[in-house]
Amino acid sequence: MTTRREFLKTGLAGAALLNVAACSRPSENGGRTMVLSAVIPVMLAGALPVGGEARQELVVRTVAGVDRAIAGLSLATQKEIGELFDLLAFPLTRMLAAGVWSSWPDATPEAIGNFLESWRHSRFDLLKSGYAALHDLIFSAWYARPDTWAAISYPGPPEVK
Amino acid sequence: MRDPFREGLATGWKHIDASQLADNPTLEADVVIVGSGAGGGVTAEILTAAGLKVVIIEEGPLRTSSDFHMREAEAYPDLYQESAARKTADKAINILQGRCVGGSTTVNWTSSFRTPPTTLNWWQSALGLKRLSVEAMAPWFAAMEHRLHVGLWPLPPNENNAALARGAAKLGIPVAVIPRNVKLCWNLGYCGMGCPTNAKQSMLLTTIPAALTNGATLISRLRAERLEFSGSRAVSLTATALKPDGLHPSGITVTLRARHFVLSGGAINSPALLMRSAATDPHALLGKRTFLHPTLISSGLFDQPIRAFAGAPQSIYSDHFLDSVAVDGPLGYKLEVPPLHPVLFSTTLQGWGEAHARLMREFAHSQTTLALVRDGFNPDSRGGQVRLRDDGSAVLDYPLNATYWEAARRALLTMAEIQFAAGARWVTPVHETSPGYNSWAEAKRGLAELPLAPLRCRVVSAHVMGGCAMGDAPERGVVDDEGRHFQIENLSVHDGSLFPTSIGANPQLSIYGLVARNASLLAAALTGQPKPAIL
Repeated sequence: MTTRREFLKTGLAGAALLNVAACSRPSENGGRTMVLSAVIPVMLAGALPVGGEARQELVVRTVAGVDRAIAGLSLATQKEIGELFDLLAFPLTRMLAAGVWSSWPDATPEAIGNFLESWRHSRFDLLKSGYAALHDLIFSAWYARPDTWAAISYPGPPEVK
Repeated sequence: MRDPFREGLATGWKHIDASQLADNPTLEADVVIVGSGAGGGVTAEILTAAGLKVVIIEEGPLRTSSDFHMREAEAYPDLYQESAARKTADKAINILQGRCVGGSTTVNWTSSFRTPPTTLNWWQSALGLKRLSVEAMAPWFAAMEHRLHVGLWPLPPNENNAALARGAAKLGIPVAVIPRNVKLCWNLGYCGMGCPTNAKQSMLLTTIPAALTNGATLISRLRAERLEFSGSRAVSLTATALKPDGLHPSGITVTLRARHFVLSGGAINSPALLMRSAATDPHALLGKRTFLHPTLISSGLFDQPIRAFAGAPQSIYSDHFLDSVAVDGPLGYKLEVPPLHPVLFSTTLQGWGEAHARLMREFAHSQTTLALVRDGFNPDSRGGQVRLRDDGSAVLDYPLNATYWEAARRALLTMAEIQFAAGARWVTPVHETSPGYNSWAEAKRGLAELPLAPLRCRVVSAHVMGGCAMGDAPERGVVDDEGRHFQIENLSVHDGSLFPTSIGANPQLSIYGLVARNASLLAAALTGQPKPAIL
C-alpha cells in the first residue's frame, strides 16, 4: 500500500529527475534515435525478422516512422514526448526511472523487456502513460507500412477508379 | 472517379488556404462560423440560403475525395485532431475527432441516429428544456435525414457486424440495423479515412458545397484564437493562419468582423475558444460537464475469417443495455462494432513483443465489439472539464470514477458473452493485465476479478459532447435551447457542445437536427424573415 507521503516523495523525486533530464536535453543530439533503436526490436519481437541486414534496415525505417508520427502530434504533445525521450536517454534517469543499467545499445532484450513491463504495470500514471506512448508510436509506425501487411493477412485498401 | 468539390472550386467557389496568405487581412461578414463540421456545415447552408453573407473558418486542411487514398498513415495526421491521438489530460482516454473541412463528418462511420426519446424526455423533465420534445424535434430530424440521404443499411452486414447480431440473437438480446447517411455506397469499409467514392453524405459533400454555391467564403488552415468583446457583444475574432504542416503558426493573423458569430468547433474547441477569450461565465459553467460515451473494447478470435476492415463499418447495434436500465441509474451502454485497420487495431491492442505479434497474425480473424457508455444522467456521472494549457491549447480532464467502472465491468461481461455465443474461441477485453479467456465460463470468472482502472483498461471515445450546455435559465446553461449565448447577445453555439448530457447514440444526427432548427431561427432573427413553417 502506498501512503500519500511515499507517493509525494516519489512524485517529487520523479519531477526532479525530469528536470535533470530536461536540462541536459540528450534527446536533441540523437538520444531519441538511440532509445528507439534499442526498444523497437523488443517491442516488435515476433513481427520483425529475426536476423540479417533486413532486420536492421526495418528498425531504421521504423525509427523514421516514429519521427514522422511525432511530427504530426500537437506541439504540446510533442513537448511531452520530448521529455519522455530525455528521461530515457539521460543515463542517470535511464537507470533510476527505467531500471536499465547499461547504455541503450548494450542493453539486453531481457533488460529492455523488464523495463517495458515495469512501466506498463507501474503504480505511477506517468510511467504507465510513457509505456503507452512508446507502444502506440512504435506499432503505428510499423503497421502504417504496406510491407508489414502480408504477415497479418491484410490485403490493403481496394482500388477505386 | 469525380471529385465534386474540386469541380465546384473550378466554378469559382471562394476558398482561401490560410497557409498561403502573405499579409494580415480583415474580413467582414454578416455571420462568421468557426468550424465546418456537423454544426458549421448545416448552419452555413441555412444562413446563406436566407441571403446572409457568411465566412466559414476551419483549422484543418481542405481535402476532397481524390485525396482520400484509404491509407491510415495519411488520413490520421491529415484529417484528425492531433493525428487521431488526442487524449484526456491523464492519457487514459483516446479521442477520435475530425480536423478538416467537414470536421468529424468527413471521417465518421456514418451511423445516423435521432436523439433517443429517453434523452429528449430527460432534458424536458429534469433540465426544463420544454421545447425540445420528441414531437417538436421530429420534423428537424426528418428534414436532415432527407437532406443527407439517411436510410437503413440495405445490404447484409459484414462479418464483424454479423457476429454481434448472431451472438445477441442466441442470447435473446434484440439488435437492429443502423441508419447510414450514404448514397450509392460501395461497401468498402474505409469511411474513417475519408470517403473516396463520394458516397458518404458528409458536410464536405452536401452543406458546405451548398453554402459555397450560395456565395459563402471558406478559409481552411485558420485557427480561431480569441474573440474581442465590447459590452455584451462580440465584435471581432482574431485567427491564426497555420503553416501547411497544420501545427505551426505561419505568422499571419486574420481578423474577422461580423454581426453574429457561430461557434461550431466541437465540444472541446468551442468552450476552449470562449475560455481563451475570457468570455463572461457568471455561473462557472463553461467547459464543464463534457461527455464522451467512454467506450470499452472487447476483442474475440474466430475460426472463420472476419475481415473487419471490409464492408460498411457499422450496420448493427443493440440498445438493450440502454433501454433496460433507468436513464439516471447505473450507467447503460450501447453496443456497436468498429472497423479494424492495422494502425488503429495494433495501437489499441494491449501488449508487446511475441504476445502482440501473435494477436496481430490473427487480425483477419478478429471481431471487435464496442460498448459506448451513456454518461451524464446519473448524478455521479458528471463528465469532464475542458482546461487550457499554458500555450492556450485545449485539454480535457475526464476522471473515470467508480460509477463508470461498475458499468464497464457489466459491459465487458456482456460483450464477452455475446462474442462466445457468436462462436468466438478466445475473447479478451482490451486491458493490460487480461490473460484472455477460452470460454464464457472462464471469462465470467476472470472478468469479475479483473482490476479496472485508468491506463489499465483501454477506454476510447469518438463522441465529444457538452461544455457549452443548453439550459432553461442562465444559472443552468451557457446557452439557451436555440444555442444563443445567455450573456453575449450576438453569439451562438451550434455543435455537440450544446448537449447537457451525452446523447446515448452516435451524435451526428442529433447535431444536424438541433442545429437545423437553431440556424433557421437565427436566420429569421438576422433577416427579419418569417420563421420556418415547422416551428
